[in-house]
Amino acid sequence: MTALHVEQVSASYGRTTVLDALSLHVASGEVVAVLGASGSGKTTLLRVLVGFLRPAAGQVRFGDRVVASAGNWVPPESRRVGIVPQEGALFPHRDVAGNVGFGLPRRSGARIEEMLELVGLPGLGRRRPQELSGGQQQRVALARALAPEPEVLCLDEPFSALDAELRVRLRTEVREVLSATGTTTVLVTHDQEEAMSFADTVAVIRDGVVVQVGSPAQVYSEPVDLLTARFVGTAVELDTFEVRDGLARTALAVVEVPGALDGARGVVVLRPEQLRLSAATDAAPSNGTVASFRYHGHDSLVQVAVDGSGMVTVRAAGAASARPGDRVRVEVVGPGRLLDPAPAGGDSCVDDDSR
Amino acid sequence: MTADRRQGPPRALIGAAAASAALSLIPLVYLGVRVVDAGAGAVAEILVRPRTLQTVGTSVALVVVVVGGCLIVGLPIAAILARLSLPLRRVWLVLVALPLAIPSYVAAYAWLAQFPAMSGFWAAALVLSLVSMPYVVIPVVAALRSADPDAEDVARTLGRTPVRAFCTATLPQAWPAAAAGSLLVALYVLSDFGAVALFRVDAFTRTIYATYRASFDRTGAAVLALVLVALAAALVLAERRVRGRAHRYRTSAGAGRSASAAAAGRLPTAGALALIAGYVGLAIVVPVGSLLARLAEGSRRPLDPLELVSATAGSVGASVLGATVAVGLALPVGVLAARYRGRVVSGIETVAYTGHALPGVVVGLSLVFFTLAVLPALYQTLATLAFAYAILFLPKAIGATRSAVAAVPPALEQTARTLGHGPVGAWTATTLRLSWPGIAAGGLLVLLTAMKELPATLMLRPTGFDTLATELWSRTELAAYGAAAPYALALVALAAVPAWLLSHALTRSVRTSSPLVAAERATVEPVATVAS
Repeated sequence: MTALHVEQVSASYGRTTVLDALSLHVASGEVVAVLGASGSGKTTLLRVLVGFLRPAAGQVRFGDRVVASAGNWVPPESRRVGIVPQEGALFPHRDVAGNVGFGLPRRSGARIEEMLELVGLPGLGRRRPQELSGGQQQRVALARALAPEPEVLCLDEPFSALDAELRVRLRTEVREVLSATGTTTVLVTHDQEEAMSFADTVAVIRDGVVVQVGSPAQVYSEPVDLLTARFVGTAVELDTFEVRDGLARTALAVVEVPGALDGARGVVVLRPEQLRLSAATDAAPSNGTVASFRYHGHDSLVQVAVDGSGMVTVRAAGAASARPGDRVRVEVVGPGRLLDPAPAGGDSCVDDDSR
Repeated sequence: MTADRRQGPPRALIGAAAASAALSLIPLVYLGVRVVDAGAGAVAEILVRPRTLQTVGTSVALVVVVVGGCLIVGLPIAAILARLSLPLRRVWLVLVALPLAIPSYVAAYAWLAQFPAMSGFWAAALVLSLVSMPYVVIPVVAALRSADPDAEDVARTLGRTPVRAFCTATLPQAWPAAAAGSLLVALYVLSDFGAVALFRVDAFTRTIYATYRASFDRTGAAVLALVLVALAAALVLAERRVRGRAHRYRTSAGAGRSASAAAAGRLPTAGALALIAGYVGLAIVVPVGSLLARLAEGSRRPLDPLELVSATAGSVGASVLGATVAVGLALPVGVLAARYRGRVVSGIETVAYTGHALPGVVVGLSLVFFTLAVLPALYQTLATLAFAYAILFLPKAIGATRSAVAAVPPALEQTARTLGHGPVGAWTATTLRLSWPGIAAGGLLVLLTAMKELPATLMLRPTGFDTLATELWSRTELAAYGAAAPYALALVALAAVPAWLLSHALTRSVRTSSPLVAAERATVEPVATVAS
């Protein structure tokens, strides 16, 4: 059982700084997802952890053991670190047992079989990697990485090459395996849903620094800034007219904004499931017009042009009966977050709900 | 994990690759030294000699005529093979590539033996055109097959007839291949020694060889050789540029659908067949028929089987040595080029490709001078001959090594590191383990090519050491055509291996990945491996 400490690590390729004094702490046995867009530095961080890249400054420790610092660098083969690369990278010239046993001493047949059982592939030791399905290959890659009992395991978007259904299933299974072995794990991914459903803790990384660390629920409902809010899910953004007594007045409604100071300015961020559509009544008149409607089966996303303000996205359960042009009333449920407006040209904007 | 290449390569690897590149520069540098030593006045005097100017004129004219011939005949053949559903289409594809298996001096000898009056510029132009045609046909067929057929379909919907749609939408996609092929032909003609020597054409190579043999006029030979290298280098650079542009023609990365072959009417089919059969007749049937006829006639001097065996042993022995040296030199360069990018890397790779622009006669001449002046103990030894082969054919070995190593994902090696293997151990257990068939195939290719080499062999071989090529040469010089036939046939049989592999690759699939085939493809696209 080993905790992982990344302290003030900087790394660069040539003149481009990719990691900028980044710090991250992973408790022993914890599963952390490092979530970032492409170019955020997440892959570089992984390479520093595994030992493929020497950091320019800072320190990486596995427990009390320094594996990378200014005067010290432990090569990958001596780190006790495991990796599951993106597409498995099984050794094509070795059978499954040969792959799983690659990091073990000779005659470790029992351990190999034990690992194969752990990942749900008992008895497949003699198969060639080419004879396995994509999901099976990733399980073998996991077994190979876990076999020498690494102190830290790194997963480099290991599910991204699989189709949607298999991805979800394998994710669950891998998570169970990791809980069983209690291995300290870092998952690197750009997929918000994957990060949230897989990890105990999500670390959002942008421009080479960790901008937020927290439980998946925290990161989703209490994002630290607008770019993060947009990156981890669909954001409903409402301009504020006035903030007083923890309430923000917007074009749509008065929204609870816990912790906001009187007179603060900014944008109130909500999630689409915090908005409800209802028929207009005299007591509660309509406040927007339906602009578009997308049906997803389990729910629908409705774009509503709010009177005197911009567009908001509403998530409605099942098939909401809204048509473009309908006058509707949008109501807000629960508190929002008051955030500074995003800087111009923020590129982490993900305005779709990618499920 | 591609970010790996943004880190610098290990020092030892750079050092070894730079050493390979430096070694391959020896012939060129030493020629330069000789020329500089001679002084500007002497060099200028040689350059303006009427004979020099005549040589340049003859060589350039020969290049222009042969390239023109290859395009005029080769492009229609390529279009037919790519797009018409001829009877026995695969057979024709193989046959059209086969002339590559006939070394120019074997073809020239075969024609001479049949028509002893043949001589001079046009005879050489004919034989060289026949032999080098595949350099245009093969890449153009490949380009036409991999061309995006959607463009042509769109042209059809916009009102073009099938032929016009082909000409306006598909053919332009093959121009870069045709241009690159033409430049390869030009390089082949410029470097060729055998055909021009046998037909007594005073092109560069023959003049250089004659100057060196007759008067031991070293400065004269060296100056001519440098001019020849300059011309060849210009062609190589031009080819590289054309290849670079070729990539832009590939538009979509979608699933590779190729155009299907169209059935033509009876008359066009007959015409197409006549054209291809005519070419195959002249390029294969005539020379091979002539060889077989000579063999059947026999000669006044009966074939000494022992001589044939010893010449074959000589060819194989020297070539095996040369191939071994070539693989050794190519390994660091190929690994470096496959795994890393940057100015230093591409500089080293470009230098190591020098041999591509060095005609055999130039390497021979330079190493004769070099060994005599600097290392007399190595003059006319097997070691020097092997070194010459290694430099001449290093590009083939590098191309094969590079593509073999590049095909192994770096993630394998990195994963092996995390599983407790050191840098060398991880490399051996993954990258080397998976790429050695390709590397070995490159060596085999060098071996097969070196067995056909003539001019450098003539100049560098130890006294009394014979190969198939030199035995054929000495018998042809004496007009002992019958006695030469067995050697010529043995050479054709050896050279047929890479040619067969190449056409095999074409008839099967453009993406066949057997290591030998990949290595041979790397030779037809030698500079593409540098440029990409």
